[in-house]
Amino acid sequence: MIENTRLQTSYNFGFIDESTKKEIRRKLLKAVAIPGYQVPYSSPEMPIARGWGTGGLHVTLSLIQKQDLLKVIDQGSDASVNACSIRQFVQRMTGCEVTTDTAAATLIQTRHRIPEEILTEKQILVFQVPQPEVLRPVERLENRTRQMHAEADYARMWVSLYESFVRYGSLMRGAGYPVKVNGRYLMSPSPIPRWDVPNLSHAKCLYLFGAGREKRIYAVPPHTLVEPLEFEDVRFRVEDWGGLNCSYSGQGDAFLDEIYDAAGVRKFVVNDSNFLDKLRTGEPRPPQRLFRESQ
Amino acid sequence: MGYVAVKGGEDAIANAAQLVEFYRLRGQTAPIEVQQIRTQMRLLVDKVMGEGSLYAPEHAALALKQMEGDVFEAAFLLRAYRATLSRRYYSDVISTRDMLVKRRISSAFRDIPGGQILGPTRDYTQRLFDPAVAEETARTSAQFVDQFASETGPGQPTQRFGKVIDLLSAQGLMRKDARDDSDRRVVDITRDAVKYPAPRSAVLQSLARAETGALMCLGYSTMRGFAAGGHGTVGELRMGDVEVRVTDPNGRKRYIGRLTVTECEMVSPAPPSKKREESVPYLAIGYGLCFGHNETKVICMGMLDSSLRQPNDANPANSQEFTIYHSEGVESYGFTNHLKLPHYVTFQSGLDNLRDSMQRADEIRKRASVGQPEAGVAGAIKS
Repeated sequence: MIENTRLQTSYNFGFIDESTKKEIRRKLLKAVAIPGYQVPYSSPEMPIARGWGTGGLHVTLSLIQKQDLLKVIDQGSDASVNACSIRQFVQRMTGCEVTTDTAAATLIQTRHRIPEEILTEKQILVFQVPQPEVLRPVERLENRTRQMHAEADYARMWVSLYESFVRYGSLMRGAGYPVKVNGRYLMSPSPIPRWDVPNLSHAKCLYLFGAGREKRIYAVPPHTLVEPLEFEDVRFRVEDWGGLNCSYSGQGDAFLDEIYDAAGVRKFVVNDSNFLDKLRTGEPRPPQRLFRESQ
Repeated sequence: MGYVAVKGGEDAIANAAQLVEFYRLRGQTAPIEVQQIRTQMRLLVDKVMGEGSLYAPEHAALALKQMEGDVFEAAFLLRAYRATLSRRYYSDVISTRDMLVKRRISSAFRDIPGGQILGPTRDYTQRLFDPAVAEETARTSAQFVDQFASETGPGQPTQRFGKVIDLLSAQGLMRKDARDDSDRRVVDITRDAVKYPAPRSAVLQSLARAETGALMCLGYSTMRGFAAGGHGTVGELRMGDVEVRVTDPNGRKRYIGRLTVTECEMVSPAPPSKKREESVPYLAIGYGLCFGHNETKVICMGMLDSSLRQPNDANPANSQEFTIYHSEGVESYGFTNHLKLPHYVTFQSGLDNLRDSMQRADEIRKRASVGQPEAGVAGAIKS
């Protein structure tokens, strides 16, 4: 019979053992040194399911230190149950303080959003990535996509964008818009909306991407050029809400969620929960990088 | 939102955990003991250990109890636990020639040296309900065990046997070097991401911890003609115990325990050589091995080991990437279930494109109906 003591396990600080953390940090350094390049790594199993943020957790847990202040968001919200679950887990395994305040956090783990508020050189944003391979829609084999990256052979991606335009009159890429990093590697920015894509370029903070199930890590270092793919005459464009404003804060110029009330009436609300909180206090609007063409 | 909403999310998680615990216990029947699961759900425990990639019967039984019998969850729990264990030693290489055999069969020959040993199997038992099992008590099962022991005599010793494939090798029908160009590097798929084309060690490790049902689907597809590989022959299928030894720092070999494993050697013609003068259809082995007693898994693994040595990315079972990525149970289980997570940001981004596209189509239609020249898609964009 299992002795109780055999099952009561104490965990290392940050759950992951130190040698694996060291391995992940080394892979992170490599990722930073080659912006946009996908570095394979061990990706040990975690107590949360594959596809639910294991890659982000590997990065977060291998970097976090006692003095860090952690924020976790999912689809822009601190309150999302999976964000709560991940925040709770990291807190339990490290004892670190947590926050919802974007400006105060030193380490932010996110799924599918970049916070509206400007991130600084003191902050790291860790993305959870479901599919790191930007070329997967045009080539299903990993063996070949790695070769295409090595040779910077991105013709098929360009052709697919062109075909979208011919068929539908626009590039038709929603979230996870393909970008070129530092003039070299094509990269999936993870399924962030197009609204967030320009924010990747020449940012002050470090962006790290963890794809646990696919066992890849990549990075966009601060002050690095990140360009969405576009043609000279057909440009990348961010989402547009037709000039509508948030029905809670009355403000625009932020990514808006489309919600329906009990009567089925459509409303738009600022997606970034902490940003919305700050807008509603009536204090000065937190600083943002805005890229939308003036309307 | 802020603190209140976050607190709400945390409360919801805690309440959901309580509720699911209630669902587990609300029947108010006597709690199943972990030991009961371990001994009476032997094949289920073995499956979980195989897919969980950790030989720990008691932990597997506990996982099954905790997860209300969900095999995916139980294997996942075992894997997550496994990742926290430090690797203290590498065992010495285990040879299954030294297996203490409980069951071994060959479909390649009627008689084999040492004989066919049917062992514990339901292969030839009709699948009819046995009402007596429903009425089983501790007394009736003790009675059965006593009677069985008295009939079979004291401890039928398990034996070691030579391998059926040795017969084939001795006659030169089977060539060890049939594919001497194959990648023989030994990698560890738990420490490094698999790179493709993968060496055979990575293929076999991946298949050994793959999900049984997925392997069956792919293995079966080779037999029904959806992949090169065809209908191999079970050269030998054996199940039994192997001893695990490690070498201590003083160089002494230490016995640390036994594993029950199932092994299958599927025999089929080696992939044809490209050179005409060498194109003799020698026999080759498709190898399958897994923790515990799981014959379906090792047979399918054997078929897939063969089919994956005839690469063709058009067929799932001839494609390393297809087979290895998609038979990995813990990963595919996690990712298919992640669809339950909110995706409203991604969805909104797609809706924006769709509405835009619909509006353009409307404009084109309107123009056509008022008799304006066909503007075309590109024309609509410029306007």
